[in-house]
Amino acid sequence: MKAGLAFLSALCLSACGDDAASTQSPPAQPQPLLSGYEFLQPQTRALQDDNFANPGFLWIDRGEALFSTAAASGEACSDCHTDTSLPLAGAAAHYPKIDAESGDLVNLEARINLCRMRYQDEAPLEYESDELLSLTAYVAYLSRGTPVSVDIEGAAADWYARGRDYFETRRGQFNLSCTQCHDDNWGKKLRGDTISQGHGTGFPAYRLEWQSLGSLHRRLRDCDAGVRAEPRMFGSDDYLAVELYLAKRAEGLEIETPGVRR
Amino acid sequence: MATIRIAAPDTASAGEVIELKVLIQHPMETGYRSGPDGKRIERDIIEKFEVTYDGETVFEADLQPGIAANPIFTFYTRATTSGPIVFKWTDQDGESWSETHDLTVE
Repeated sequence: MKAGLAFLSALCLSACGDDAASTQSPPAQPQPLLSGYEFLQPQTRALQDDNFANPGFLWIDRGEALFSTAAASGEACSDCHTDTSLPLAGAAAHYPKIDAESGDLVNLEARINLCRMRYQDEAPLEYESDELLSLTAYVAYLSRGTPVSVDIEGAAADWYARGRDYFETRRGQFNLSCTQCHDDNWGKKLRGDTISQGHGTGFPAYRLEWQSLGSLHRRLRDCDAGVRAEPRMFGSDDYLAVELYLAKRAEGLEIETPGVRR
Repeated sequence: MATIRIAAPDTASAGEVIELKVLIQHPMETGYRSGPDGKRIERDIIEKFEVTYDGETVFEADLQPGIAANPIFTFYTRATTSGPIVFKWTDQDGESWSETHDLTVE
C-alpha cells in the first residue's frame, strides 16, 4: 500500500507541474485517437471480436427481445422503429443530445425511458437494471461501426462546458483530474494496467472486473471512486455532461458496443 | 430468466466431428464477496451442465464457485444420427434451464 501511494505521488509530481488548462484554450485531445480496445490484451480483444463468445451479446439478445415485446398499451419499440420508419441504425452515435420537447440533455438510457413514458405509457426503467442495460446495449449495437458525432452547439454548449469542467477538475483524496491520466499520461502504466485515453465508445460494455455488462455511468463511478472522490449518481447531470464531453472528445471513433473491457 | 446462446450446426454428415458452443447468463456468485452494505452476498452457482444427443450423454461438467460469471463451454461430438441435442444447466437449488437444438444428419 505504501509503495502504491508513493507511486501515485510520483505520478502526481510529474503530471501536476502543468497549470490546469484554462477554459479558454481548446480542450486537450489525445492524438492519435485510440479506442479503449487498443489498450487491451490480445485475449480480451479476441473476446470482443467474437460475436458468439462476447458475453455482452447475452444482453443484446435480451434487448432485441424486449425491443419487440409489446407494452401494456399494446405498442412495442419495433412498432415505431423499423428499418424504413424511424430507423435506429446509427442513431446512438449522436447521443447525448438535446431533447427538443423538454430542452434537457438526454443520453441513450434517458431517451429509452422518455420513449417508454411518452409513447408506451410505461414507467421508466431503473438505471443499471438488466432491462435498461439490455435495451440500451441493443440500440447502441445497431450503431456498431458508426463514427461518433455529437452536437455541442446551442443548448448543448453549457452542458459541454460543464462536462469539460468536470473532466479537468482535480478531485478526491488523490487530487487527480480525469485529464491528468487520460490526456497527459495515456499509454503509461498505472498499477498493472495501461492507462487508456478514456473513451466511452464501447459502452455499455462487458467489464471482466464486473463480470457483467455495465453503463458508462457505472464506469465513471469507478473512476471517481478510484481517485477516492464521491461518485455521482447514475444519470446525474454531472455524468450526463461528462458523457457529452467524452463523446465530442471521441468524435470519429466508431461505436463498439458491446465492448469488452478489463 | 436466463439468456442462453447456442452455436451448433443444423446439419452434418454422418461421422463428422461437430463443434458445439453454449453460453448462459448467470452471476456464478461465489458466496465469498460482500455487497455495498458490507453483508455477504449469498452463494448462487450453477452446479451441473449436461448435454444429451439423441438421448445419450455426450458431455457433462460439474461447476465450482471459482468459475466466472456467464460460463461458456465449447466441445465436440461426432454426428451419428438425426436427433435432438439437449443442453441442461442445473443450479444449487435444483432450478434448471434447458434448450434443445435439432441436428439433421445427411
